Amino acid sequence: MRIITLFIFSFVTWCLLVWPYNGASGTLDMQIIIFGVLASALVTWLFHEILITHPHKWYDIKRYFWILCYLPVFAFYCIKANIDVVYRVLHPKMPIRPGIVKVKTTLKSDSALTALANSITLTPGTLTVDITENGYLYIHWINVESEDVERASEIIVKKFEALLRRIFE
Amino acid sequence: MGIFYFFFLMLLASSFMCLYRIGRGPSAPDRTVAVDILGIVVVGFCALLSVMTKKDFYLNIALAWSLLSFIGTIALAKHLQGRRFDE
Amino acid sequence: MSNAVGLSMITLGILFNFFGCVGLVRLPDIYNRLQASTKCVTLGTSLVLMGVVFMNGFCSISMKAILCMIFILVTSPTAAHAISKGAYLSGVELWEGSVVDQYKAHVKEEER
Repeated sequence: MRIITLFIFSFVTWCLLVWPYNGASGTLDMQIIIFGVLASALVTWLFHEILITHPHKWYDIKRYFWILCYLPVFAFYCIKANIDVVYRVLHPKMPIRPGIVKVKTTLKSDSALTALANSITLTPGTLTVDITENGYLYIHWINVESEDVERASEIIVKKFEALLRRIFE
Repeated sequence: MGIFYFFFLMLLASSFMCLYRIGRGPSAPDRTVAVDILGIVVVGFCALLSVMTKKDFYLNIALAWSLLSFIGTIALAKHLQGRRFDE
Repeated sequence: MSNAVGLSMITLGILFNFFGCVGLVRLPDIYNRLQASTKCVTLGTSLVLMGVVFMNGFCSISMKAILCMIFILVTSPTAAHAISKGAYLSGVELWEGSVVDQYKAHVKEEER
């Protein structure tokens, strides 16, 4: 199962990389297709044990729908973060109050934690420094609003947790 | 096409600021950050060149450059953490 | 029409790139620099690649640009996370104006 999933994934990536020879004009270039199959087979043979851990999640249509819902939220916070950074950098006195705080998350799986850490890094004023085993994240905050664990979790983590749980768990 | 020279000028200014941080950075992590950012700025250069010349191989360069820059940054970060590269 | 949209997106992205690098020079310590530069340069370069997609339509350039954009959006925060952890463990202190540091207790506990 995981072998088939990884093979399909790498072959789709290959087809995107060699796009104009492949389907756009209606003709298939056999040489490129054969080489793509060989390259995907090599990747699958080498990495199928570490890259894909739960193959049934890749065939769940609902997860792709929630990814589509997640993208606008993420884009909104991303642009807000950039405007925030530009304001802080161009202000002559630089209104920053940095510090490292600790927040708690209820997500468990590795991919969900990775996605959460990356989203936190790209959203306003926060940067993930470390993730511990028991569900705590250490976050560098450029403008500390609260040092309490519960309150900080509510401000930083809560806006992504519900959507990410639907996507990855 | 005139506006593209403005774009290239801005990106050139950005990369010179990265070079300033690489040269002046008080500690090793500062230099690592600047090298990482310089790699992503170069990807922007390649994208602009591909628009200007309508050739797609500049984006192959951009893909390979972002991969190599990521791997180099991770290796430097592992070195900073005091661990070996294969852990 | 799509040409104008693409050009304005590229302009916005280049401006974000520039201000991110200004932050890299101006801000006082490594963690703040990492925040400003990672956020701004990641979104700026993604916007430039998005503008490339809009200006070229549906062809090989757009496909490669989309792949490159996904790749940058995934790897750049990961690299920032690795650098910040490495900087803390190699002994770089926070800026003296920092308010709170709850990570120090965790590092001391790990060392024990």
